[in-house]
Amino acid sequence: MNLSFRINSNIDSNRVASLIGLRNGQLWDLLFSAAVWGSVLIVAMVFLWLVGDVLIRGVSAVSWDFLVSPVIDSGRSGGIAPVLVSTACIVAVALAVAFPLALASAILIAEFLPRTGTVSRLVVASFDVLAGMPSIVFGLFGNALFNQLLGFGYSLLSGGLTLACMVLPFMIKANVDGLRAVPRSYREAGDALAMSRTSTLWHVLLPAALPGIIAGVLLGMGRALAETAALLFTSGYVTRMPESLMDSGRTISIHIYDLAMNVAGGDRMAYASALILVVLLILINTAVVRLGDWIQRRSLRA
Amino acid sequence: MQYLFDCRRITALVFVVSWIGFSASHASDKLRLLATGSSTVAPVMAELARKYEQAHPGARIDVQTGGSSRGVADMINGLCDMGMVSRDLKPSERVLHAYTIAHDGIAVITHRDNPVDALDRIQLIKIYRGEARDWGDVGGIAGVPVVVVNKAAGRSTLELFLRYLDLAPDQVRPDIIIGDNQQGLKTVAGNRSGIGYVSIGAALQAQQEGVPIKLLTLEGAKPTIANVTAGNYPITRPLNIVTRKPAQGAVSEVLAFIHSDEGVAVIESLNFVPVQ
Amino acid sequence: MTDRLLTWTLGAATLMVASLIAIIAAFLLNESLGMLNRVELGRFFTDSGWSPTMSRFNILPMIVASVLLMAGAVIVAAPLAIFTAVFLRFYAPSPVIDIGRRIIEVLAAMPSVVYGLWGLVVLVPIIAAWQQPGASLMAGILVLSLMIFPTITIVVHSGLAAMPRHYIEASQALAMSRAYMVRQVVLPAVRASIAAGITLGAARAIGETMAVMMVTGNIVAVPGDLFDPVRALTSNIALEMAYALGDHRGALYISSLLLLSIVILLVLINEFIVSNKLEH
Repeated sequence: MNLSFRINSNIDSNRVASLIGLRNGQLWDLLFSAAVWGSVLIVAMVFLWLVGDVLIRGVSAVSWDFLVSPVIDSGRSGGIAPVLVSTACIVAVALAVAFPLALASAILIAEFLPRTGTVSRLVVASFDVLAGMPSIVFGLFGNALFNQLLGFGYSLLSGGLTLACMVLPFMIKANVDGLRAVPRSYREAGDALAMSRTSTLWHVLLPAALPGIIAGVLLGMGRALAETAALLFTSGYVTRMPESLMDSGRTISIHIYDLAMNVAGGDRMAYASALILVVLLILINTAVVRLGDWIQRRSLRA
Repeated sequence: MQYLFDCRRITALVFVVSWIGFSASHASDKLRLLATGSSTVAPVMAELARKYEQAHPGARIDVQTGGSSRGVADMINGLCDMGMVSRDLKPSERVLHAYTIAHDGIAVITHRDNPVDALDRIQLIKIYRGEARDWGDVGGIAGVPVVVVNKAAGRSTLELFLRYLDLAPDQVRPDIIIGDNQQGLKTVAGNRSGIGYVSIGAALQAQQEGVPIKLLTLEGAKPTIANVTAGNYPITRPLNIVTRKPAQGAVSEVLAFIHSDEGVAVIESLNFVPVQ
Repeated sequence: MTDRLLTWTLGAATLMVASLIAIIAAFLLNESLGMLNRVELGRFFTDSGWSPTMSRFNILPMIVASVLLMAGAVIVAAPLAIFTAVFLRFYAPSPVIDIGRRIIEVLAAMPSVVYGLWGLVVLVPIIAAWQQPGASLMAGILVLSLMIFPTITIVVHSGLAAMPRHYIEASQALAMSRAYMVRQVVLPAVRASIAAGITLGAARAIGETMAVMMVTGNIVAVPGDLFDPVRALTSNIALEMAYALGDHRGALYISSLLLLSIVILLVLINEFIVSNKLEH
């Protein structure tokens, strides 16, 4: 990889450099800086294009009515109220199941396991694989386990449980980071007061790590909101207002996909839904970044 | 601030939320049915379901697309109550019971601005085998490449269309593969040199809604409801509801509703041919 | 006493989570086994095509497509990401740094279906105006590279931020120019981060489903050039899972096992790089 950066002198570049009156090194410096600025320009332009596209095409269809009306005519008209409710249900199930598990694993990893021990490395490696696993594979797993074996069928419950598996590694990582940022002195103070590890954890560490824990929940929420592929064959994509967790329902991501791919004349509403989703995710992301900065500042101070 | 930090409350809250969720999932004793399968049948079924629910408060019928084979697969796996299948059952699927609710045909469609109005079977075979790659080869504008839109495997529309052309799936040279009828309509409406084929009912409905497509005359027969009814159109098919056991209870009530005058009116309004 | 209860509870929960990957693998294997017993593994590469309903299971074109999409995306995204990370660390004036970091984070958090929507509505028609049919390997590569760009940038940037200060101070003492320093000192020093970023990006690219499915046309064929439509392994599962029965379903589960092994391989490479870096 670094090979390309090492090539810095050959005959041709010498000749070119001397032609335009530069030392050879200066020519490469110039080219390198141009590449840096050029890349940034490309990235900035594509970013503006992408976000501007969603904003401009989406904003005209977004209104209060859009948020509170049912889906009519496959989504060509009406709004996305049932979609928002289904999304909330699926995300709630996912977080309710994943949160306790993630917190427990994070506490064990951060507080009880030696950081470089074999167990710890194995556990972390398994989380890395889980984090990198294609979402469609989670979908297949969820379909086989929740929809068929456990008999939940196409339902918000199946979708939520599948997403719980998917967001676990991300929530664990955020929780571990939060716990590790708590200064060592907190634990020593607990020990000095002869508190049991349980009560140190309960009364000192967890409250102190709360920003990291909240960041973990938000991160999991963001992942869950953005997911589509894992839900196609677990929660299904009925457009109506769900009445229980056993009903099928579609999340906003699936709604965007369906409008874009399967509904002639659905682009406008797809963009409107995309705008809502992107705004939600940016808000969540901003909160995560703020909490992250806060954690970092504190661990630096300690 | 202190009580917010209390993890016991957070944990308690989590449990309460999940408990409410789980109990809500068991509390309802409403009649609920799930229909999955053919994207041709789905819009009809959705509209029939809406009318049925109006007449039967407390009933709820949810509809999902995915193709006829999904209707069959979900039925066999016990994931739905009614499978929607827009073709006859295959010999291997005869364990299921099929109830025909309407008839439909398959229309060849192009973009509205394409000057070609009619094709015959031989021309279609050439296009789908990749032998006619230019619209000029089949009476259209020379120099415009043909973008062949084909259906994904497992779609009954594909199977019936290929049977009509007498082609094997691997003889087709498609440029784009699509799934639902709606996706086919959207793809052809968005590509001026595209050609595809979808349910006649869905195509007529889309045309009425202003989607820029054109239904081609096939072998001299226009794809109209009248021609399908009279049997003059070359590719027709039944639209079926399939069940694992002979229809009983709620499903048979829904089927009876579909065959009632009100059901027939819904089917006709969506450009399909009701079963007499 | 409570301490022991706590440790056991935590241990049980962690064991559950850590074994999740094994449970998932077991489920995928279980669904594939029936077919693996009936169908020789070699047929997945030697059959005359992919028509699972007619018992022909050649997944090679889709493997080729997935690998090409991944490689293409990495080739496009990696240089952009490295240069952008360098920009944020060494070139950007300080007010721009924060905005730049936020933009990268927003891009990273953007859902794949939004990238897909943009690709389908904006990019594909542009490519189609140039080379029909538009939905193609090219469109897939461009959308994917946009998606993995933030991943690589973030990893490389944190590598740059973690670089020991004396490297930079020493270079400045030698009166090196900024560009010369970055080329000669900084980039060689963070090559492990670059490799780590690329493996992570590659894992994300090969696992992506929705955005790829929306823009590649989904024809099962080995592409002749960049403008031919292709179908990735992931898209194939998403497209056919709904109606797959019997061996067809088995074949899809087997391709998911294949995807899982590719990702495990990439993660292992990544772990190896990161642990090597820690030792040095």
